[in-house]
Amino acid sequence: MSSPSQPRTLMCPPDHYGIEYEINPWMNRSRGADAALASRQWRHFYDTLVGLGVRVELMPPQPGLPDLVFTANAGLIFHGMFLSSRFRHEVRARESPHFDEWFAGAGFRVEHLPEEMFHEGAGDALFCGDTLFAGYRTRSDATAHQWVGKFLGVRVLPLELVNPRFYHLDTCFCPLAPGVALYFPEAFDDYGRRVLHTHVPTLIAVAESEADRFGCNAVVVGTTVIHNSRCPKLATDLTHAGYRPIEVELDEFLKAGGSAKCLTLRLDGEEAAGWRYGPKPG
Amino acid sequence: MSAQHVEHVEMTGHIVDSLLLPKVLDAILSRGGRYHIETLRLGQRQDDPSFVRLEVRADAAEQLETILADIHPHGAVPAQSGDCGTVPADIAGAYPDGFYCSTNFRTQVKLAGDWVDVEGQEMDCGIVVDPTGTAARCVPMTAVKTGDHVLVGRQGTRVFPPEAEMRRHELFEFMASPVSSERPKAVSVREIAAAIRKTRAAGDKVLAVLGPAVVHTGGGELVAKMVRDGFINVLFAGNALATHDMEQAFYGTSLGVSLDQGLPTVEGHEHHLRTINRIRRIGGIRKSVETGRLTSGIMYECVLRDVPFVLAGSIRDDGPLPEVVTDMLAAQDAMRRLVPGVGFCLMVATTLHSIAVGNLLPAWVKVACVDISPATVTKLMDRGTTQTVGIVSDAEPFLRSLAAELERGGT
Repeated sequence: MSSPSQPRTLMCPPDHYGIEYEINPWMNRSRGADAALASRQWRHFYDTLVGLGVRVELMPPQPGLPDLVFTANAGLIFHGMFLSSRFRHEVRARESPHFDEWFAGAGFRVEHLPEEMFHEGAGDALFCGDTLFAGYRTRSDATAHQWVGKFLGVRVLPLELVNPRFYHLDTCFCPLAPGVALYFPEAFDDYGRRVLHTHVPTLIAVAESEADRFGCNAVVVGTTVIHNSRCPKLATDLTHAGYRPIEVELDEFLKAGGSAKCLTLRLDGEEAAGWRYGPKPG
Repeated sequence: MSAQHVEHVEMTGHIVDSLLLPKVLDAILSRGGRYHIETLRLGQRQDDPSFVRLEVRADAAEQLETILADIHPHGAVPAQSGDCGTVPADIAGAYPDGFYCSTNFRTQVKLAGDWVDVEGQEMDCGIVVDPTGTAARCVPMTAVKTGDHVLVGRQGTRVFPPEAEMRRHELFEFMASPVSSERPKAVSVREIAAAIRKTRAAGDKVLAVLGPAVVHTGGGELVAKMVRDGFINVLFAGNALATHDMEQAFYGTSLGVSLDQGLPTVEGHEHHLRTINRIRRIGGIRKSVETGRLTSGIMYECVLRDVPFVLAGSIRDDGPLPEVVTDMLAAQDAMRRLVPGVGFCLMVATTLHSIAVGNLLPAWVKVACVDISPATVTKLMDRGTTQTVGIVSDAEPFLRSLAAELERGGT
């Protein structure tokens, strides 16, 4: 499957990245990130994407906002619109004005959810085909997802995230193409698994040891899948499914509960998003 | 009435494909709650959202809170959040414009964020919130005082539909059609006897509303025995029932007709007026019993056993007896005061009193209406007392069967 134009993604250099607070089970301030190593890992990942033909846009890093590096959580992209996140944690909510400014400057129509809702953007809402799969409970609200579904005029299927270690949907579910996705079954309950099996014809299960290394937090460019290192079974399964796996070492970011996908926000729509292949609405 | 804890929640969106609706329903059941789907609108196409409104019930407040807290993350949110609105009454004896008009169904109002049962539930009233803002009750138009906080609009109110009430009480479900002259009487009578026993066992009162035909047809002693045995605990009637009953006690006649022989007695037509006159000379029914001059009958048993009664007057009354309340509003109030605690109401052979009492009863008090004319029962139901089941029968044969059933079943 080929994308209609050059892939575009948003990243933020890790100049101010660090473990300064603990808002998920992965974070531990006594086990901080190595700034130099993190910077090297990020740079290598950046170079890999550029090498794949991705146009990487850069967001200016901000002191005091260590997680600004995880651009996936900025909001949700739909055609030329940026639906800004409503972060559950105040420490991350401070990122939103910066993202809003950047997207407005980049020509996107910036929209917001009602104030009383929580929604953490592409971290918890991923298109697979025409359906928006949405994770809720830990960070985003089911009602916020329903609101987004109505706002965008798309079907949204909220999935409860029952394992706090997989606190965002993009830590345990990764659409590869319409109808094809990676997932970690134990991050969902029976209802969630049934929904996924019903609505995603080809599901590739990721083993627990590799899900713990955030194997599901992968970036898809065409049929290439970039994921964290030391996920050999995942690499084999991707190859068998017709994808080209590329491993990158991003362990310094795993300390904050993030990996490849979290570090990027696809601006022209993910490969699996049905809308990027169709005409713009209206 | 057992205290049921209820909340309404709504869900909107793709709640079917995502299995959020079954998930919420399962969560309610697995935590010991119950649900009733009041509204379900399914999206027509894949992208269309669906909508559901659920009634969630639990036996205890904490249990309901737990259920609501559990289902909230799945998008099941309380259906209504605002308190009810009130307006101070600008004049006495009338509600402000836009007042909320009550039904006889169980109603709750939201006060300071909590759902509160409306007290004294009665149809065709307004609802007044007490000055502390913690309670609300039905208040008839004439009782409104200037400055009363009268409920206006529908915000912050909810009414529980009669089907739900029927399920709650599981009483009278045996009767599919409400009134028929062609139903086997024995079955109906047996069920009414069972309902009376159940009401008494639950510690609730049985209210009897009786017309004079009870005595004419020879059923007086049967009713007196029911009072004696504790199966009738409150009596509402008129001047005639009491007069005929005491005429029988004094003369053995009802409107001059011998109840033993069924024939008019000599000068019997005077018995009626002589009875009233006698009671008036003594100073009332109660005094007649206390002084040993009235020694049998329904009224005698009521006085003897402290069964409260209200005798409401009418424009055609002879006398009337001293206890008869001739101010209609005062009579309504006297009856209203005796309604709390009533669990079952037996109405026999009276149209006007049946409708008057039907107006005062909340819908969860089941009513058996016995009359020789089917129209009496249908009239009662047409005027909103829909919890009624009817038996088309003359008074005495019905009472005889009922007494036999009550005798057989014990207490």
